[in-house]
Amino acid sequence: MSDVTLRSDTDIPDSMLPEDQDGEVKRHVVEIDSHALNFGPQHPSAHGVLRLVLEMEGEVVARAIPHVGLLHRGTEKLIEYKTYPKALPYFDRLDYVSPMCEEQAFALAVEKLLNIEAPERARWIRVMFAEITRILNHILNLTSFGLDCGALTPALWGYEEREKLIEFYEAASGARFHANYVRPGGVARDLPAGLEERIADWARTFPKWIDDLESLLTSNRIWKQRTVGIGVFTTEQALAWGFSGPCLRASGVPWDLRRSQPYDNYDKVEFNVPVGRQGDCYDRYLVRVAEMRESVRIINQCLEQIRPGPVKVRDHKITPPPRREMKRSMEALIHHFKLFTEGYHVPPGATYTVTETPKGEFGVYLVADGSNRPYRCKIRPTGFSHLQAIDEMSRRHMLADAVAIIGSLDLVFGEIDR
Amino acid sequence: MADPVNIPPVAVAEPRTVSGPLGAIAFRLSTAVPGIISAGIEKGELVVRTTRHRLLDLMTMLRDDPRYACQQVMDICGVDFPDRAERFDVVYNLLSVTHNHRIRVIVTTDETSPVPSVHQLWPAATWWERECYDLFGVLFTDQPDLRRILTDYGFEGHPLRKDFPLTGYVELRYDEDRRQVVYEPVDLVQDFRNFDFESPWEGILTLPGDEKAHADRQDMKRQG
Repeated sequence: MSDVTLRSDTDIPDSMLPEDQDGEVKRHVVEIDSHALNFGPQHPSAHGVLRLVLEMEGEVVARAIPHVGLLHRGTEKLIEYKTYPKALPYFDRLDYVSPMCEEQAFALAVEKLLNIEAPERARWIRVMFAEITRILNHILNLTSFGLDCGALTPALWGYEEREKLIEFYEAASGARFHANYVRPGGVARDLPAGLEERIADWARTFPKWIDDLESLLTSNRIWKQRTVGIGVFTTEQALAWGFSGPCLRASGVPWDLRRSQPYDNYDKVEFNVPVGRQGDCYDRYLVRVAEMRESVRIINQCLEQIRPGPVKVRDHKITPPPRREMKRSMEALIHHFKLFTEGYHVPPGATYTVTETPKGEFGVYLVADGSNRPYRCKIRPTGFSHLQAIDEMSRRHMLADAVAIIGSLDLVFGEIDR
Repeated sequence: MADPVNIPPVAVAEPRTVSGPLGAIAFRLSTAVPGIISAGIEKGELVVRTTRHRLLDLMTMLRDDPRYACQQVMDICGVDFPDRAERFDVVYNLLSVTHNHRIRVIVTTDETSPVPSVHQLWPAATWWERECYDLFGVLFTDQPDLRRILTDYGFEGHPLRKDFPLTGYVELRYDEDRRQVVYEPVDLVQDFRNFDFESPWEGILTLPGDEKAHADRQDMKRQG
């Protein structure tokens, strides 16, 4: 790996050669030590526990070999030993930046096998919180992407805005991150009084924040130098490498599961699907910024159309009865006890259910055998395919560009390693 | 409040419908393509079962034929059924972004028979196949990079097989004396508890010890 190679001058990009005084490019035969560089797993730009072995030729990446699995916790195996309600919280811990979208995928899969549908209000809450989650995720990704490329301020501003969203999470579910809120058959509980107004107030002010973020980055010369033309992926490449979500759209494919295979109430809201053309890091950034604006639109539409009503199916074999009822009714008490010990039995069958999480297509391949535990629950993480392409994407780029590419792919190792 | 949602008490096998665009594909696949064991709609999703030998032909056709045009393989995973002769299912979830349909292709295999790799059709398949190999021990021919991916360096066994214990075989800790991380056999303070929730009240008509009374009841029912 680290043997010295003699490079012919044609292989060296012109930009890397020192320019002569006369403006004439002087060509040297340079001897460059080809060596392997261990990037991560403990590196702030590795976005978690990515170990990237980079084979370098000087400062140019010749090959990038990702080592994943350092955060492997055996989620799929654990889920096989848990009842369906107990399996749900594992989904918060996969992509810990966008918990509710992942819960939604599992809830939809279980609902499909149970042949039930969540009530109208629950579906609106799900859509609204999925979009809040999308903004939550994109804020963290874009600002930390900026941080990777030397822009400190967006991250500082972003955390303030994220805090407000996390408070909505807390108000609805009681937890700031690991919500366990979107459950098969609806959501865990209704929104507390006043939360809808608070979200509406926030949605009025948030577009201003996006403008501020864009004023820092979008036309920033340093930012554009770091991202434009870096990590270019064509449409064909993006499709072949299994890209989805913003990364696929940045490469010019107008593909959004919320639009093409709508779930919950996404067919009742209007939004645009932003699509990039170049497929470089800058386009991936622009697509995400545009998506945040669309998410605010969707949240506003949810707030307009949401009506009071039940938030979970009334079959108490699947959702717990109200606490008040449990104090009076023996049947409710039995239902509660059975639900939290035995859970419910899901009829045999298999489904591959997908949702458009902030990072792309998140799928759950759920095989049920009629018992109260999933027979197999395969989780299709989004970042897995994106990370796989990093070798192709960062080849012949500088080391610092590899960092920009990692930032633009929006990797979270909780879901990649599972 | 909304109407209570009724759930059928027993799983009702959905009739295999041949309607809609997916049904048309299923019909075309099952009639016109050789080597297809079955093609049908299950829970609204198109499922195609084929054999290992026919897999590559089928996959190439699903990718290149403009009527199917599956540009993407979104997911490849294994499922373990230890009681079967060929214990593993390898499940391919294909997606066509032009036709907006998904096709699920399933082949079966066992520990020793390799499945042809599809990484030359979709480069994204490499990591999914590595994962399937790592977690189930399914082998793939023509896959140049069949290494473990998710488990630890030097891991032994295939953890998602049903006969692999949930707790695993080894655990690791930092040894103060040796000043290094050491691997040791798993030592459980309490036996691993795996509760059986098969309810005696559901599905079973005869309770243990109640066979005679049950037979009498059945007789009475038969007589009217």
